[in-house]
Amino acid sequence: MSEKVLMKGNEAIAEAAILAGCHHYFGYPITPQTEVAAYMAKRMPKIGGTFLQAESEVSAINMVIGVASTGKRVMTSSSSPGVSLKAEGISYLAGCDLPAVVVNVQRGGPGLGGIQPSQSDYFQSVKGGGHGDYHNIVLAPASVQEMASLTFKAFDLADKYSMVSMILADGTMGQMMEPVSLDAGEVNTYEKPWALTGTNCERKHNIVNSLYLKPEALDQKNFERYEKYKTIEENEVMYEEYLMDDAEICVVSFGITARVAKNAINEARAKGVKVGMIRPITLWPFPKKVLNEAADKCKAFISVEMSMGQMIEDIELAIRCKKPVYLCNRVGGMIPTPEEVLAKIDEVNENGGAF
Amino acid sequence: MSVVFEKPKSLTDAVLHYCPGCTHGIIHRLVAEVIDELGIEGKTIGVAPVGCAVMAYDYFTCDFVQAAHGRAPAVATGVKRSDPSKIVFTYQGDGDLAAIGTAETVHSAARRENITVIFVNNAIYGMTGGQMAPTTLPGQVTQTSPYGRDVETVGYPVKVCELLSNVDGAAYVERVAVNNVKNVKNAKKAIKKAFQNQIEGKGFSLIEVVSTCPTNWGMTPEKALEWVDEKMIPYYPLGVYKDIYAEEEAK
Amino acid sequence: MAKVTFKTDLCKGCSLCVGACPKGIVKLSETKLNAKGHHPAEVTDPEKCIGCAFCATMCPDCVITVER
Repeated sequence: MSEKVLMKGNEAIAEAAILAGCHHYFGYPITPQTEVAAYMAKRMPKIGGTFLQAESEVSAINMVIGVASTGKRVMTSSSSPGVSLKAEGISYLAGCDLPAVVVNVQRGGPGLGGIQPSQSDYFQSVKGGGHGDYHNIVLAPASVQEMASLTFKAFDLADKYSMVSMILADGTMGQMMEPVSLDAGEVNTYEKPWALTGTNCERKHNIVNSLYLKPEALDQKNFERYEKYKTIEENEVMYEEYLMDDAEICVVSFGITARVAKNAINEARAKGVKVGMIRPITLWPFPKKVLNEAADKCKAFISVEMSMGQMIEDIELAIRCKKPVYLCNRVGGMIPTPEEVLAKIDEVNENGGAF
Repeated sequence: MSVVFEKPKSLTDAVLHYCPGCTHGIIHRLVAEVIDELGIEGKTIGVAPVGCAVMAYDYFTCDFVQAAHGRAPAVATGVKRSDPSKIVFTYQGDGDLAAIGTAETVHSAARRENITVIFVNNAIYGMTGGQMAPTTLPGQVTQTSPYGRDVETVGYPVKVCELLSNVDGAAYVERVAVNNVKNVKNAKKAIKKAFQNQIEGKGFSLIEVVSTCPTNWGMTPEKALEWVDEKMIPYYPLGVYKDIYAEEEAK
Repeated sequence: MAKVTFKTDLCKGCSLCVGACPKGIVKLSETKLNAKGHHPAEVTDPEKCIGCAFCATMCPDCVITVER
């Protein structure tokens, strides 16, 4: 591991992107992710890269499409309302099978909402967010270290599967400072024979496109893409298990709320309550298998989230509704306190997981 | 005898899907002739729009990316910034460039992005079946202005060249037409200059080509060419609206 | 001495070449139909062609090759 430096989460993402070989970044100011753009504005000119502040989020994501179509690594970042604007471009990236990294440092919504942390773009991120059938790989960091290491991972997965990888962080992750090691390890390179590099009059022209006017062709293309998604679901699921060996209650949480939940779990354990946690690191692909297995051992689940109950639906699907799943949530920029989570654990423990 | 006119090398053998007499075909050919003459086929990357020209990628032999509606200049910006040695052009219609993509057009010009924009203005949304465009003339009947464009309620047409002539970043802006042989030759000169500018790193060049849509205008192709002279050109006068290098030389 | 050749099957019968010919020798065929079902353009008096390529200049479909 390289030496640790103290960094803000947003800056860790930016530096990690550069170390992963991303020399093109397009953004637009929005709280609480603006540090990513500011950091890129400082660094990109020094390494001969491109930082461009676009006229809108819509333009920024389309500039990303331009670079991605030439086969180079590229990133954009924003926060919730801005990611809504990028949805069109993300759908086109999916339809063109182009690799790119999109960062969402979430804030409260809907509408202009607030500027405080949130996880309420869960559905938007893991279900696609734009029009059409598609997925993004969604990575949920729970520390500044993971802001960096999951950024490395995001670029690798995007290239490996030719699709969008999204870092789904929140305002806390973006703004907090922690020590971080910026060791990218070995950066893999992937063949991109489809890239627009100019034919040099030596090959047939490459076309990057998402238009299929023949229904049979579009049908086939979608089925092919979902075969790819199946492979990803089989091979790329990431999660952390915490005190799950003898757990009777399973907390499920990601990002900042997983850290809060950990404190509550420690306190509950001190009182003798058998509770553990599964923290999804990939929100898509969702850790369905490990959750389903946990459902055979645990009496109940608690979804701790900063939304009105979004991930809870995926938990219920993953465990086929075999056990009850309770919601412990705050929204609008409020973060659940360890006391609130502990109270929910106690409540679930007392009623014995009855439906 | 030698061949003095044939299909340019930079066009594929694909049969154009455009309606009979649609001047998109002429404009495609002019772009391809220019690519041939400048010897840039192997390093040109095109950006196709949404609209009738969406399938331009099938017709040119160079690499191509298809952009979302109005976003071609932003996509082109990404392509060009990725590799400035490539020659990057967009090919866009009036709905694409002057309505849904106005911001992308104005800001790529403002940045003096070193790209070439071919803007085809036929005063109507062709592909969706003839609705009112940002460039539809006052009084012009379309599917969504069935009583004629009423400027009191829907406002006035957008004159793109005039607009961009006030954008400092725009390097070269010219309006041409393709309704007769003389105008076609002038149009080619302008398109060639717009590509030449990019090769020389001179920055954002836009050529507005006043075009026709016989099908949705509801007239024969020949009558449509006349309509360009009678109605379009008086409202959209041809000429150079901006050429910062000519202006510098004149000083 | 000039010669124009039409790739007849590409012709959409739009007539733009007809109006462009200064000699008035390009016409839409009144008898033939091409594969697309259009009356394709053709030259009525080949010997009068001056090889100006005006017809080809106005053709949207690259139907016409001109030799001189």
